[in-house]
Amino acid sequence: MPPGITIAADAPELSAANTGFMLICSALVMLMTPGLAFFYGGMVRVKSTLNMLMMSFISLGIVTILWVLYGFSIAFGTDHGSLFGWESDYVGLSGLGVNQLWDGYTIPVYVFAVFQLMFAIITPALISGALADRVKFTAWALFVALWATIVYFPVAHWVWGTGGWAFELGVIDFAGGTAVHVNAGAAALGVILVIGKRVGFKKDPMRPHSLPLVMLGAALLWFGWFGFNAGSWLGNDDGVGALMFVNTQVATAAAMLAWLLYEKIRHGAFTTLGAASGAVAGLVAITPAGGSCSPLGAIAIGAIAGLLCAMAVGLKFRFGFDDSLDVVGVHLVGGVAGSILVGFFATGGGQSKAQGLFYGGGLEQLWKQLAGVGAVLAYSLIASAVLALLIDRTIGMRVGEDDEVAGIDQVEHAETAYDFSGAGGGTAPRTTVVPAPVADSAQAPAQTQQNKKVDA
Amino acid sequence: MKLITAVVKPHRLDEIKEALQAFGVQGLTVTEASGYGRQRGHTEVYRGAEYTVDLVPKIRIEVLVEDDDADQVLEVVVKAARTGKIGDGKVWSVPVETAIRVRTGERGPDAL
Repeated sequence: MPPGITIAADAPELSAANTGFMLICSALVMLMTPGLAFFYGGMVRVKSTLNMLMMSFISLGIVTILWVLYGFSIAFGTDHGSLFGWESDYVGLSGLGVNQLWDGYTIPVYVFAVFQLMFAIITPALISGALADRVKFTAWALFVALWATIVYFPVAHWVWGTGGWAFELGVIDFAGGTAVHVNAGAAALGVILVIGKRVGFKKDPMRPHSLPLVMLGAALLWFGWFGFNAGSWLGNDDGVGALMFVNTQVATAAAMLAWLLYEKIRHGAFTTLGAASGAVAGLVAITPAGGSCSPLGAIAIGAIAGLLCAMAVGLKFRFGFDDSLDVVGVHLVGGVAGSILVGFFATGGGQSKAQGLFYGGGLEQLWKQLAGVGAVLAYSLIASAVLALLIDRTIGMRVGEDDEVAGIDQVEHAETAYDFSGAGGGTAPRTTVVPAPVADSAQAPAQTQQNKKVDA
Repeated sequence: MKLITAVVKPHRLDEIKEALQAFGVQGLTVTEASGYGRQRGHTEVYRGAEYTVDLVPKIRIEVLVEDDDADQVLEVVVKAARTGKIGDGKVWSVPVETAIRVRTGERGPDAL
C-alpha cells in the first residue's frame, strides 16, 4: 500500500471495476514468478535447469500457505511497536466477509490479500538466482519458509503497513523497490557470504545454457510487472495507476538501451543477455519511483539504473563472491538506485505530495529514502546470513561437491531437463521403467524384481 | 588407394558433396567434429564476462579414392570448402593398404 493515501470522507463502496482490475493485476504478478524461473533457468548450465525452475516454483507453494496462515496478519494486521502487525481476523483469512473492503479502498480485503500474496511469493524466489547450482532443495525450502516469516512479512509491514515505521516516516516505496528488491538483493548477499562459491567459480566456463529461455522469462517479467506496478495503487480511479503503467514501460526501455550501449562500448557487442538484464534492471528501479515521478524522470531513472547495474555485475569477479546470476548486481543495485532516485525525481504530483531535490523539495525526501533503504538492507543482510548459518549448521545448505559437479538436477530432483539421447539412435543409455507399487501385494514383488532398474 | 580427410566448416558440406559427386566420387563419410586451428576459436561475452570458446564446430569428411585421382580430389575439396575467411579448415591424404566392400568381399580399387 502506497504512502500518502487519502481516505474519502464517505465510506467507500465496493467498485466492480477496481476489483476486476486488481484481480487481473494479481494474476499478472503471479505470472512473474514462473517468468523469473525461466529468466534464471536459462542462465544456468544444462545440469541445473530444473533446480533453478523449482527454486522459484516452490515459493508459490510454501509462501501461499504461510501467507494465508499468518503472513498477511504479520504484514498488514494492527501495528505493534511499528515493527510487525497482528490481526486475528486475518489468521487463515477466516474472519473476513466476501464483500468486506480493505480499509479506505474500494476493493475487498480478499483481493488486497491475494495481490500482496503475489509480492510475498516472488521476493524469496528472487534470492534463488544467487544460489544457483549448489543448495540442497530441502535447505532452500526451509530457508524460504523462515525468511518469509522473519524477514519479508515484517519488512512489508514496515514499508506498507499502517503504523510501520518506514510508512509513518514517509518513505516512498510505491510497489516494492525497498520491500521486494533491496530486501531480496541484500538477502542474496547475506546467504552467499555464508554458503560460498560454486565449484569451479572463475575457473570453469559457466555460460547460460539457453538465452531464448532468458528472453522468454524477461518478457514474462516485463508483462507481469504492469500488474505489479500499476496495481499498487489498488484501483485506478484517479489515473495514478495509469501513470505508473507509462513509467514502467519507459523506464524499462531506457534501462535496456543504456545497458546495451554500455556493453557495445565496453565489450564490443549488443548481447541478448544484456538486453534482458537491462530490462529487468529498469523494472526494478522504477518500482519504488514510478508513482511519484514524471515519464521524463522515469527515462532518467531507467537509464541511470541500467548503466549502474551493467557496471555492478562485474563486481562479483572483483570481490570474489559468487552471486551466480547477479541478484546483487541487478536487484540490490537497481532497487537501491530506484529508491534513492525518488529523492531526486519525485514531482509531488503523483502518489505522494513529497517533492524530490530536482522539484524544489530539498533533501528531506532523500534522507527518508536513504533511511528506508539502509535499514531494510542491513536487517535483511544480517537476518538472512544468520538464517543461512543456522540451516547450514543443522541440515547443511550445500549439496556434496561430487553432486554439484554431476548436476543438482539429477541429485535433488531425479530428473534431467533435456533428453538428448533420442537424436543419436542406438547410443542412448539403457534404462528400464520400474512400475510404481500396486495395491495387490501378491503381484507387486515379482513385477518389481523383473524390472530391475539399470542405472545409466 | 588414398584416404582423403577434410575437416572443414559445417556449412560447406553441400558444396563439397556436390563437387565430389560431379567429379565422380561414389561415396563418403561425414562426422560432426570440433576443433581449432591457429585462430583458436572465438570469444563470447555474457554480462561482461568473456568466455573463450576454443573448440568450434566442424565437420570431418572422409573419402577413399584411387591413387591417380587423389591429387585432383584434394583440389576439388579445397576449392569447394574455401570461403577465404579464417577457420576454413584442413584437407589431407594418407595411403591406405586395403579396403573391402562388406557385402561382396571385393578388395582394393574394386571395393570403391
